Amino acid sequence: MTSPVLILGARSDIARATARAFAAEGHPIQLAARHAADLQNDKADLETRYNVEVTLHDFDVLEVDRHDAFVDGLPVLPGIAVCAVGKMGEQADNETDTAAAVAVLRSNFEGPAILFGVLANRFAERGAGTLVGISSVAGDRGRASNYVYGSAKAGFTAFLSGLRNRLCKRNVHVVTVKPGFVNTAMTAHLDLPKKLTADPAEVATAIVAAVNKSRNIIYVRPIWWAVMMVIRNIPEAIFKKTSL
Amino acid sequence: MTVSGWGNFPKLDARLSAPRHEAALAALVAEGRAIARGNGRSYGDSAVSVANTIDMRCFDRMLGFDPATGQLVAEAGVMLADVIDSFLPRGWFPMVTPGTKLITLGGAIAADVHGKNHHVDGSFRACVDWIDVMGPDGAVTRCSRDENAVLFGWTLGGMGLTGVILRCAIRLRPVKSGWIRQQMIPAENLDAVITAFEDNMDATYSVAWIDCAAKGDRLGRSLVMLGEHADPGEVPARHRATPFHAPRHRKITFPMNAPSFALNPLTVRAFNALYYWNGARQKGQSIVDWDGYFYPLDAILKWNRLYGRKGFMQFQCVLPQDTARDGLNRLLTAISESGQASFLSVLKRFGPQDSPFSFPMEGYTLALDFPRHARAIALMPDLDAITLDHGGRYYLAKDSRLPADTFTAADPRAADFAAWRRDNGLADAFASAQSERLHL
Ligand SMILES: Cc1cc2nc3c(=O)[nH]c(=O)nc-3n(C[C@H](O)[C@H](O)[C@H](O)COP(=O)(O)OP(=O)(O)OC[C@H]3O[C@@H](n4cnc5c(N)ncnc54)[C@H](O)[C@@H]3O)c2cc1C
Ligand SMILES: NC(=O)c1ccc[n+]([C@@H]2O[C@H](COP(=O)([O-])OP(=O)(O)OC[C@H]3O[C@@H](n4cnc5c(N)ncnc54)[C@H](OP(=O)(O)O)[C@@H]3O)[C@@H](O)[C@H]2O)c1
Repeated sequence: MTSPVLILGARSDIARATARAFAAEGHPIQLAARHAADLQNDKADLETRYNVEVTLHDFDVLEVDRHDAFVDGLPVLPGIAVCAVGKMGEQADNETDTAAAVAVLRSNFEGPAILFGVLANRFAERGAGTLVGISSVAGDRGRASNYVYGSAKAGFTAFLSGLRNRLCKRNVHVVTVKPGFVNTAMTAHLDLPKKLTADPAEVATAIVAAVNKSRNIIYVRPIWWAVMMVIRNIPEAIFKKTSL
Repeated sequence: MTVSGWGNFPKLDARLSAPRHEAALAALVAEGRAIARGNGRSYGDSAVSVANTIDMRCFDRMLGFDPATGQLVAEAGVMLADVIDSFLPRGWFPMVTPGTKLITLGGAIAADVHGKNHHVDGSFRACVDWIDVMGPDGAVTRCSRDENAVLFGWTLGGMGLTGVILRCAIRLRPVKSGWIRQQMIPAENLDAVITAFEDNMDATYSVAWIDCAAKGDRLGRSLVMLGEHADPGEVPARHRATPFHAPRHRKITFPMNAPSFALNPLTVRAFNALYYWNGARQKGQSIVDWDGYFYPLDAILKWNRLYGRKGFMQFQCVLPQDTARDGLNRLLTAISESGQASFLSVLKRFGPQDSPFSFPMEGYTLALDFPRHARAIALMPDLDAITLDHGGRYYLAKDSRLPADTFTAADPRAADFAAWRRDNGLADAFASAQSERLHL
């Protein structure tokens, strides 16, 4: 039987597409989000489309001291967990409003990292499992336009890399996803370049393929690998004067 | 942002929003001059409002299926392609489907689309049990043939101008395989095509591809294609073990807008002749998979780029049964004489249709694509005059260019529709560039 997939931040567009892509392969799905009761229609959708079992779970990534209890409360320990939780905020607010910056740092880094730490230990104990963290190219280099979000993602990326290094001997695999631009609610107000922008379904397909092939780090559109290669290699003396 | 229909004309700078839940949708609707947009497969300006275009594709959840009745309940942004993906493996297929599966259920209902089985099963309406429609104040009304029947009637074919369709219950058709038994009948002229249609009124599916470049004795020469859902025993041996899983077609994407000389009378004439002779060689019966049979064009993503940056337009009218033969004769003569032959021309026999504002009526419908060149544009008034003379009317889902007086003269129902919209406070609440152009 195919193992259950836990989707964290299940209301996000990328998460919804990912849940569908795994359900299409016959995986039962555990949807976790704040106010999970609102996700009845998403549950119905997955059940209707794919004939799989779907459960709903209340979950707030910021309640880090309840993560253990949250995992205990799942009907079964999932085989795969995907974290799509994230918060971009407005860079301008993040610069001036401490509470806003804290929320961005905690939602993208602290919360997801602590939760994955809990899941990693359970998976290691079992000797099997896959963790998929949705990070961001924004974490590859801090830029004036969104370094608060970017640095939190950088922390998450580093955490995933360490976790992968620690657990690969225990048959637990960790996938880091750097989607590039994606057409979602988070970016609806931005005018994104078409060639660099993926649809949520494209991200989902890439995630399922990465899990099936045990890939480590993926850029959804390959062009992003090249773009970030260039951005990472601009000397700091020049980089600090750019506005990217 | 620039928004257009499948024909890439007109291109309008419109405000486009994609709400993700009902409250956000209601807030947008409250601003007025709203139009819902599905997958943008209508050709012209039906799904564009400069002030307030609402992309419905985030409302894409299937909510339940009853295998006892074949009823699917789903949100309006669900794609027909997804319905097939989920249900064909379980032995179900849409009851009515247009020539592309890349449309939303909302778009299918709002245009009340027709398929190759209209003469037997009617338009999409026939499979719709109920719909939920959001009005100007955000309130949602369930309507069906028995409940709020007036709203139901005008919404089917109402092109989004009666409110936003949120959810629907549609019935699917049980099938025994994902394959079609196709019968190809070459017809050497218009009389032969009409005879082929009239002789095959009991075929489940029938459609003709018509060579608009042919003249004289060959005017109207066509390939008539009949189809029946195949039994598992007829499925090609290689696929018989999994009769619902037809092979996937490779998708190719048309890479860029073609230069304007790519489609000229010569290439079009050559294509039409080749297509006819190739088809005529396949005369008789064959077994083809569902995707190739119903959706040949879906295999070429973005094929509308073939017509270049200026875009293209479709002319689609239906002529009543008693004037159809003469009307078609005159339309085809005008087209072949103009030298503006069309690449993709389709002729189809419609059966009776009983609904307030849907396009079909008993008779024949002719659909032709033209590049937006001066000479093709100049041909339109001639075709319009013939259509009006023969009591024909037009398909709003394909229209991007009709003058209001032509549309109204062809379709007296338009005035009633507009009056009903005014009386019910819908005229300013819901509007598209098309409704403004045609005074709907
Ligand atoms: C290759 C091709 C072949 C085709 N073949 C056929 C055919 O054989 N038969 C046929 O009938 N049509 C055919 N069509 C036309 C197509 O089926 C219709 O235009 C259909 O309405 C497109 O659906 P859509 O989801 O893309 O809607 P859009 O094009 O986005 O919108 C079409 C209309 O529906 C309204 N609408 C969409 N969603 C909603 C909603 N949720 N609530 C209220 N109103 C809504 C819009 O306001 C607009 O008026 C074809 C089109 C193409 C490109
Ligand atoms: N869109 C892009 O271009 C892009 C690019 C790179 C990376 N990403 C990443 O992709 C992931 C998905 O994002 P998206 O684009 O789909 O945007 P999104 O819709 O904003 O998704 C973010 C999700 O995180 C959830 N969330 C926020 N705070 C939470 C909390 N405290 N507890 C639980 N859930 C919380 C939100 O849930 P609620 O519904 O409860 O608010 C929301 O569903 C994010 O990690 C994002 O950083 C996106």
